[in-house]
Amino acid sequence: MSKDVKVKKGLKLRLKGEAEKILKDAPKSKTYAIRPSNFHSAVPKMVLKEGEKIKAGEELFFSKYSEKTRFVSPVSGTLKEIVRGAKRKILSVIVESDDTIEYKDFGTMNPLKSSNEEVKERVFSTGLGAFIKQRPYDIPAVADDSPKAIYVSAFDTAPLAASAEIILKNKVEHFQAGINVLTKLTEGKVYLGVDKHSASFLKDIENVEILNISGPHPAGNVGTLVHETEPMNRGERVWSVNPEDVAIIGEQFSTGKYNAERTVAVCGSSANEKYYYKTIIGAEVKSVLKDFEDNSRIISGNVLTGEKIPADGYLNFFANELTVIPEGNEYRMFGWLPFKDNDIHSMSKTSLSWMFPNKKYEVNTNLNGEERALVVTGEMEEVMPLDIFPMQLIKACLAGDVEKMENLGIYEVIPEDFALIDYTNTSKIEAQEIIRNGLDIMITEVG
Amino acid sequence: MNWIRKKIDKIKEPFEPGNKLEKYRPAVNALDTFLFVPDHTTKKGAHIRDAVDLKRTMITVVLALIPALIFGMWNAGYQHFTQLGENPAFIEAFLHGAYKIVPMIIVSYGVGLGLEFAFAIMRGHEVNEGYLVTGLLIPMIMPVDIPLWMVALSVIFAVLIGKEAFGGTGMNILNPALTARAFAFFAYPTYMSGNKIWVSEASNVDSISGETILGTLAANKEVEYNVAEMFTGVIPGSISETSTLCILVGALLLILTKVGSWRIIVSGFIGAALMGLIFNALNIEGNGLTNFPWYQHLVVGGLAFGIVFMATDPVSASQTMKGKWIYGFLIGLFGIMIRVFNPAYPEGIMLAILLLNVFAPTIDYYVIQGNIKNRQKRLKLKSVKSA
Repeated sequence: MSKDVKVKKGLKLRLKGEAEKILKDAPKSKTYAIRPSNFHSAVPKMVLKEGEKIKAGEELFFSKYSEKTRFVSPVSGTLKEIVRGAKRKILSVIVESDDTIEYKDFGTMNPLKSSNEEVKERVFSTGLGAFIKQRPYDIPAVADDSPKAIYVSAFDTAPLAASAEIILKNKVEHFQAGINVLTKLTEGKVYLGVDKHSASFLKDIENVEILNISGPHPAGNVGTLVHETEPMNRGERVWSVNPEDVAIIGEQFSTGKYNAERTVAVCGSSANEKYYYKTIIGAEVKSVLKDFEDNSRIISGNVLTGEKIPADGYLNFFANELTVIPEGNEYRMFGWLPFKDNDIHSMSKTSLSWMFPNKKYEVNTNLNGEERALVVTGEMEEVMPLDIFPMQLIKACLAGDVEKMENLGIYEVIPEDFALIDYTNTSKIEAQEIIRNGLDIMITEVG
Repeated sequence: MNWIRKKIDKIKEPFEPGNKLEKYRPAVNALDTFLFVPDHTTKKGAHIRDAVDLKRTMITVVLALIPALIFGMWNAGYQHFTQLGENPAFIEAFLHGAYKIVPMIIVSYGVGLGLEFAFAIMRGHEVNEGYLVTGLLIPMIMPVDIPLWMVALSVIFAVLIGKEAFGGTGMNILNPALTARAFAFFAYPTYMSGNKIWVSEASNVDSISGETILGTLAANKEVEYNVAEMFTGVIPGSISETSTLCILVGALLLILTKVGSWRIIVSGFIGAALMGLIFNALNIEGNGLTNFPWYQHLVVGGLAFGIVFMATDPVSASQTMKGKWIYGFLIGLFGIMIRVFNPAYPEGIMLAILLLNVFAPTIDYYVIQGNIKNRQKRLKLKSVKSA
């Protein structure tokens, strides 16, 4: 069972600073943090108090409005601190790790020989539900929903993205077990997106429909895969899980241990020692990233959708990349002249950078201009492979017009599908933020 | 370079937030950002951004206008001297044109940018670059002898009523430059039409005839120019619309840089050619314009200039791909239709574009409705299946 997903619209952005395909062990981090902000819309309710002991896999907090979605500790140790912000909002939960991790034993379970209900119950009660994201809205999956399909994209087309082949190299069995678990969570199919042009072991995974992806970013986004296979309609739910998280789920079923291993590709032109590092979810950045240039931005995730984090911060829950690029806080004289500064990548033909399609660019965080009114039309469509009018949808989101958003396909998109529009649009509109706000309106108005 | 930057930062100090002159910050910023791309970094969303910005886009359009502008300056002088029976050197003709036209550009930019800055300060947003194009377009589509105060009035009307009344750049329904021309056209018809205004100082010198080709045709007289002259633009007309050649050079830049929509340009010419062909086929007696060969329709008058530089204004045009095809096609079609049938307006392209500006949202509405219907059909199909 396989199907081709071929995308024409989009942008293959080649950047300097790829991670070398060598897997190394990162030194152990002293503390680990789970940050509720990584799970949009989850309102944490703590189960433990500061100073209490905890094992890896034991519950830290659950989501107030969706109590079956639980969040567990990646390591064993002591709950060191609950960091709170304004209105006592929980910003992060920090666990100080033991020297050797003590795992809570969940017992083994063969998903293929268990009923759907048993598997689902186990996934959500043991905190594995945190790995599952729901579309529409890009929020944690709700245990009581039954998704029409589940998607795993093992081909990240984003710039400098980590390769699923490296991440899963030593975990194929767990990955297969995880896939088996997912098949029990839906009445529909489980889709696995892989790179069409690589002879990957992932193509031999069973119990899934393989999607052979080809084309520029966002070809590998789950949104694109959903659109090409079973487009979203009103009221439907689709779940997605990242490849490494599938392996974590599988391992927990096969061995009974919650082994929250996270492979992180350190990349970007400002990072030194760019390799793949094996660490644990929520580790300190400094345990993975030893050396980088001054005046850099550290991004947990890729340059399009990642989260900016401080050098003394913690990794994003989901991200498989740690990208370090220079901050662009400098002035550029007459930088607005057409055909000047061609070393800065541009999709527009007002720069000559299109003449060097194979050049790898060094990028920084400069806005390259200022925010302006929406004037130029047609450019957003060039990086939007979905059958959607992006500019009209953005305007509907800005206006908060629920009916129009619904008509224009808000259920089919999440912010990451608009990341390239963030990047390319002339008016420097924050498309991802606008879509996020639009989705939040839909959550409150429609649910 | 560094010391320039430091100097500017020093000048800008009193305008920084919290200081006395904070209100005028947009104006100072607008000037500063013309020297330097600011050091702003991404705060949310994607961490990296494309090199393109609105300034770059607008300057590209200005660059595309330059060939037509320079030709227009030369042609203004050339028409003036040749109709007097003289044979001017290039520089002589060019200087005469520049003497007439540069003040118009200065007035247009001065008044227009003044208003833009004032609105930016009033509304507290940054100055948008759109007027860089509008401000150059307005003099380029006026007759060469129009008084400067009329240029100023037209600019004020276009910016205030055409643009700011709707909320500023990006919100206007009509193309501001054409709004200015339409204002002048209807408010001061004696300066904007007839056969004494198209050649510099024609009204003061009896020996100059200076009728445009379309004017001649509308009066059912013989045209004295050949196709090569019409194409290169050595004919009387509004300042920069005469040379189809120079306009096509600009069009090429717009299309190659993708700043102008090739869909609108191509479909515009197709629409005009088709309408021309239809009229040629009908062969109506007594109307010189119907029998004017269709390919000559494409190279005379403001048609080419309108389609290339006015119809492609992204704000007032259709925004969808399909919509752009329809929009451009109808502009060409109506442009020629108005030109042929309405003797009061020998050139119809201005009105055709303004008309389609108004209808562009409707065209988009139907294109988008198609997308919405597909989505609803899919939903219906699914609920039927599951029922």
